[in-house]
Amino acid sequence: MNGGRAIILGRIREALRNNPAPRPHTSHSQVDAAASQNGHAQRQWLPKVGATLPEQIALFAKISEGLKTEFHHVSTIAAAREVFAKLAAQGEWKKIASHAHHDTDALLEGTGISSIRTENGYVIDDLESCDVGVTGCEVLVAQTGGIMVSVESAGGRALSVLPPHHVVIARASQMVPDLTAAFEHVKKRYGKRFPSFMGFITGPSRTGDIERILVLGAHGPKRLTVLLVD
Amino acid sequence: MATQAADFQTLSRRYTADKPFRAFIQKALGGYYNKRDENKANFQDWQGARDLAAETKYEAVNNLDTYLLEFEEKIVARGAKVFWAPNADAARDYILKVAKENNVRSIIKSKTMTSEEIHLNDALEKEGFGVFESDLGEYIVQLRKEAPFHLVFPAMHLTRGQISDLFQKELGSPATDEPEELTMIAREVMRRKYCEADMGISGTNFAVAETGMISITENEGNARLTTSLPKIHVALLGIEKILPKLEDLSLFLPMLATAGAGQTMTCYNTMYAGPRQPGEPDGPEQMHVVLLDNRRTELLADAEQRDALGCIRCGACLNVCPIFKNVGGYSYGTTYGGPIGSVITPHLRGLKDWKHLSAASSLCGACTEACPVKIDLHHHLLQNRRNGAQSSPNPFEKISFGGFSLMMGRPTLYRFAAGLGRIFQPLQGLVNGTILDPLRAWTGSRKFPTLSSTSFHDQWKKERGGRR
Amino acid sequence: MRISLFVPCFVDQLYPNVAWSVVRVLEGLGHEVVFPEGQSCCGQPPFNSGYWDEARSSARVTMKAFRDADVVVGPSGSCVTMIKVFYPDLFKGEDDELEARELAAKTHEFSSFLVNVLGVTDVGAKFDGKVTFHDGCHGLRELGIKSEPRALLANVQGLELVEMSEAETCCGFGGTFAVKYAPISTAMDEVKCASILSTGADTVVSNDSSCLMQIRGMLEKEKSTVRSLHLAEILASK
Repeated sequence: MNGGRAIILGRIREALRNNPAPRPHTSHSQVDAAASQNGHAQRQWLPKVGATLPEQIALFAKISEGLKTEFHHVSTIAAAREVFAKLAAQGEWKKIASHAHHDTDALLEGTGISSIRTENGYVIDDLESCDVGVTGCEVLVAQTGGIMVSVESAGGRALSVLPPHHVVIARASQMVPDLTAAFEHVKKRYGKRFPSFMGFITGPSRTGDIERILVLGAHGPKRLTVLLVD
Repeated sequence: MATQAADFQTLSRRYTADKPFRAFIQKALGGYYNKRDENKANFQDWQGARDLAAETKYEAVNNLDTYLLEFEEKIVARGAKVFWAPNADAARDYILKVAKENNVRSIIKSKTMTSEEIHLNDALEKEGFGVFESDLGEYIVQLRKEAPFHLVFPAMHLTRGQISDLFQKELGSPATDEPEELTMIAREVMRRKYCEADMGISGTNFAVAETGMISITENEGNARLTTSLPKIHVALLGIEKILPKLEDLSLFLPMLATAGAGQTMTCYNTMYAGPRQPGEPDGPEQMHVVLLDNRRTELLADAEQRDALGCIRCGACLNVCPIFKNVGGYSYGTTYGGPIGSVITPHLRGLKDWKHLSAASSLCGACTEACPVKIDLHHHLLQNRRNGAQSSPNPFEKISFGGFSLMMGRPTLYRFAAGLGRIFQPLQGLVNGTILDPLRAWTGSRKFPTLSSTSFHDQWKKERGGRR
Repeated sequence: MRISLFVPCFVDQLYPNVAWSVVRVLEGLGHEVVFPEGQSCCGQPPFNSGYWDEARSSARVTMKAFRDADVVVGPSGSCVTMIKVFYPDLFKGEDDELEARELAAKTHEFSSFLVNVLGVTDVGAKFDGKVTFHDGCHGLRELGIKSEPRALLANVQGLELVEMSEAETCCGFGGTFAVKYAPISTAMDEVKCASILSTGADTVVSNDSSCLMQIRGMLEKEKSTVRSLHLAEILASK
């Protein structure tokens, strides 16, 4: 049952028939020129991103840290494990939630802390009582200082948002310059079979709803840690 | 005078008289202005971005049927159900039906102004469903039994003291003045609700036709939780929310964040392509997308104002509007306030009853300047005034302007009238400020200028003689 | 140049000195100024309230008065906007649409005319005072006038310009809005006047007399010593 589909489509077609709207007041030459830039017209107007990986990592670090993301750039997985161990001790973690993934598995090797995995389903209360959720990601976006997650790269929908601390393990080769590139990546990876969930996480959860004062950890994780391994 | 117009006068009089309240609202917006300008400056060309956004929405809105059908086809292929609601009743009835058929007891909601528009919460609560607003600002106004004050910042009109009192009264929580502690109180309450709710109802910021996805923009993470844990997800959206391509989000997500909240990107921007797919570990078993018309097609039919359907509900126009800043969100008396609300409400709810919102503006144009998709907002207010004068003219105005036009149509008559004005002005001086003063709407707060003893016209004639 | 002077109705009746100031400045630059007699009102009040038939009657008088003009200059952002921006809309589909467009094309706001048409930013004016400038909304957003008044004021000897934080915020006049929605108009006036006072300026200047009527009205009622003057009056002072 689709409801009033025929009615609404009929109304739309009637409204648009022989009834053109004036085009927006734009500087047309600008827009036309931009359209010829490989179809990614928005790149001309959005913030500039450096072309090299070091520039992009530096930009990512700057923006994400400004958003209170804890960003660590390390050379090896072993080094990442060290950072992780420090966080675990500091947070007195009793239970970790994670999912099957080459890098999360490597990160959690030998951690000794009780953990649950989500990729085959889980009990909500089990996930809710975890201190931290550890995931991979699709890409990191230099332009926005955020990461992109999906069902496969982040163990489902809730793992990266329910536990109060979210730790992301990623490789430098996953860095992309901007959102346009991020969308290109998922289109290439998933073709026509998109996952039911994907999205961007740009900093720890926050709200300004009380007197416009910034508070972290409104509903999602209060802490976001990104471990970037070369 | 129609009731809504009279209500607006009453409410705006009350709120403008409350100077501390006005100052509070002004202060609340101060931080936003700075961050918004910082982020705009980061763009290589904010105006170029606006042009592209305006062109993209033009394409979407002027081919609305094509893109809606493409969206439906793609998302249905992944198992979502799409319900086309011609009006508010149909949308509410459908959602109620889904709730009843699935034995839903508890419903959690993330922010959706569209649900305010169709008065969904009332309908659900009347049928015995528990409904919880998860967005902190929405939760606060829900507890106060108020409507949202602003379409992006629902509780911006409240002090922390008021929120603390509210939580103490409604939740039995300890007294605290700290925004952080107040937020944590709400967080704890909501965590249980997410885990227990059977149905999550969300709004939609953008619907992508190319890939059949809905996109939700937020900072708190409550929409992500609303759409992850409950077994049913209902997504509500106005039919105009469509964008042609996935890539369009790479322009619109940063622009919405910048114009709406002064951020580079909001914390969570999530695309949902359907219910849980085979092999996925979590997510709702059912996804229902409710496409709402509710007279949007009437606005579509008005080619002159069709661009108003490009609105991305960022709230930037409210944030710069001197009317909004001085009268506040509640004076408008309808779901959508501020400049965009004043433009579209006559189309969605009737010109006769709502044209006064278009009159309550000085047409300063700050809204049009702020709009990320270049809606010609202040000119649409003028057009609403013209349409209103044509279809239901105010008799007093019609006669007055008729007289005005008669007088101004004959320059000698105009000068004669001005001469009379000179004679009678001292009389006005006698009753200045009293109940008898015909100018008291002005003289209550401002001095009225004295007519010059001779007009420029007469002075020129005297001084320059025969020189044309 | 032969310049036809456009004197808005309320300048004619309330602030003739503003019109004389325009004349003095333009004649001081060596141009001929003529004043077509048959002017009444540009038609903005009925237009703004939606009574476009009634607006056309006044507008036609204005069009007739300037039929033979080469160029038309007026000291009001809002009235010049009416002609330049809205006459084409108002006369769309009418027999005299072409004439309306022609008048729109040859009409200019005073400060814009000086800077953009005559290429002049120094008119040899002298004015001792600390001045803050109010950007009238029509001039600012419909005609794009922002730098021109400031370029002119920068060259006035003895004048110190300070910007107020709410320079671009509407003063609240808005035509009939000022009386139809008086409490809101008053609130907006309060915000504007508070911003003026916080600059410490002794004079507020604008290129729109209707804005000045609103601002001066409140400043005088509050017994402020801050003067309100039109840009033309400043430029005409020696």
